[in-house]
Amino acid sequence: MASRRPLRHVTFTLGAAITLALLVTAALSVVYTPADPLAMSITSRLQGPTGVHPFGTDHFGRDVLSRVMTGAVTSIAVGLIAVGIGASVGLLLGLLSGYVGGWLDEILMRLVDAVQGFPAILSALLFTAVFSPGMLVSMTAIGIAFVPAFARLTRGSVLELREREFVVAARALGGGDARLVLRHILPNSLPPLIVQATTSFPVAILAEAALAYLGLGTQPPYPSWGLMLKEAQNFLSMNPWFAVFPGGAIALTVLGLNFLGDGLRDLLDPKTT
Amino acid sequence: MRRYVARRVGALAATLLFVSLLVFLVIRILPGDPAALIMGTEGSREATERLREAMGLNRPLPVQYVEWLAGALRGDLGRSIQYDVPVGELIVTRLPVTLPLALLAAAFMVVVAIPLGIYAATHHRRSGDYLAMIVSQLGISIPQFWSGLLLILFFSVTLGWVRAGGFDGWSAGVWPALRSLLLPAVALGFFQAAVLVRATRSAVLDVLREDYVRTARAKGLRERLVVVKHAFRNALIPIVTVAGLQLGQLMAGAIVLESVFALPGLGRLALGAISARDLPVVQGVALFVASSIVVINFAVDLAYGALDPRIRYE
Repeated sequence: MASRRPLRHVTFTLGAAITLALLVTAALSVVYTPADPLAMSITSRLQGPTGVHPFGTDHFGRDVLSRVMTGAVTSIAVGLIAVGIGASVGLLLGLLSGYVGGWLDEILMRLVDAVQGFPAILSALLFTAVFSPGMLVSMTAIGIAFVPAFARLTRGSVLELREREFVVAARALGGGDARLVLRHILPNSLPPLIVQATTSFPVAILAEAALAYLGLGTQPPYPSWGLMLKEAQNFLSMNPWFAVFPGGAIALTVLGLNFLGDGLRDLLDPKTT
Repeated sequence: MRRYVARRVGALAATLLFVSLLVFLVIRILPGDPAALIMGTEGSREATERLREAMGLNRPLPVQYVEWLAGALRGDLGRSIQYDVPVGELIVTRLPVTLPLALLAAAFMVVVAIPLGIYAATHHRRSGDYLAMIVSQLGISIPQFWSGLLLILFFSVTLGWVRAGGFDGWSAGVWPALRSLLLPAVALGFFQAAVLVRATRSAVLDVLREDYVRTARAKGLRERLVVVKHAFRNALIPIVTVAGLQLGQLMAGAIVLESVFALPGLGRLALGAISARDLPVVQGVALFVASSIVVINFAVDLAYGALDPRIRYE
């Protein structure tokens, strides 16, 4: 049985430490990077790790460490906003569907089923056909892909909570629908949504990287881990390190966030441990 | 069971209707005029107007939707602007790459994940379990396209066993075609397998704690039979749920891996269509992929009913 004290929970502590390191790196990159992440140097193209460039340089001679550090900001920003979009739209749909019920529930759930047919990449393809590719397309496409999970989770909680004694009692005391939902149902449906948000965050980071890799997300010259991997692909045989560090940064970040999510789930919901 | 299936088919039809509506609306309602988008900055006003007329964009939106949907139901998804052939025909020519890639990855996922998940559950908190969990945790954390790049780096650049990408088609022989799809399928399946290992382990562990499993063991049943006949069978619902969701994700993942390995599948078709502003192709591919995912989810729903009779009577 896992310890319920956060700091004694190995997975949670490890995840929190990696996530903290990510946040510190991102924050640091705003004020300091070892070199200008956009500064090119033709004389130092495609170098392996050296004392001056610990992660080497890319095909334009830019410092990969500085670009990986700056890329953390992109990942965090896209991840947070995408999860925010998915959670808020999903929460709204789930509340409406679960609380109102009837035909509205049927229609909204079919809509949610339909949205589930659009993984982030597919939505991004559609949006990019109409808008220019960029971070906004990434955030929206990833956010939409998260809506079904949040909507279903909220609906499930609302359906259960609606029949609970404290809600029935509040209704009997004359509580209106808005009060019932906002004061009694919503706060009690939040814990599973918080866990869902934590587990969605690493998925968002992976999706952002994939979209940038495909050219549907963050655009050059701004650093994004996925974009760096796309650029590295053409130089695999000349400088394999170019592909190793951005990929490693994604993997380590996602690993840390997964640990954090798993740990949080254990701590908030010991039944699933 | 018949009533259950009928209810699910009704829900499927409604869901597919929403899918078509979403695809249509994104292209037609979002700001910007599809005809102007296709013509780009170099198109004259007259040419844009002619294209708008030819595409039926001057008619009321509901009429356009109904006509487009009726066409789609007949398999007519419009005509590609870039290639000047029917979109449906283009999709059919690209399917022999994307579909086998997704199927190979699915086979890899199931063959690796389910035995490993069962092994981890039956060796709970022993070294094998920890090892399986470490591998699956890594698998979930590594982006598919990065594992694809690493596989190219190792097997192609370093060892020179396979080529880094490309696909000569099935006409060049089954084995060469499979060889081209093998690495992308492993990269695609590894991520999905990692998710399924965790789900299988967790589901089998839950069932192994049930009273009827203890009873089966107390009767003296061999452990192998307890695991296969009692634990695994009853753990199938959560396993099928996750596997089903992963199958849908395989279609999306295939789009990314096609780019890594330069495979001429649906994903590359759509990406090329975006650069060429070929909206009918983007629309057609999106409709096809989204509908396929919805149909896979429907099949998973039906599988629930077959696996657990209680679900049919809810």
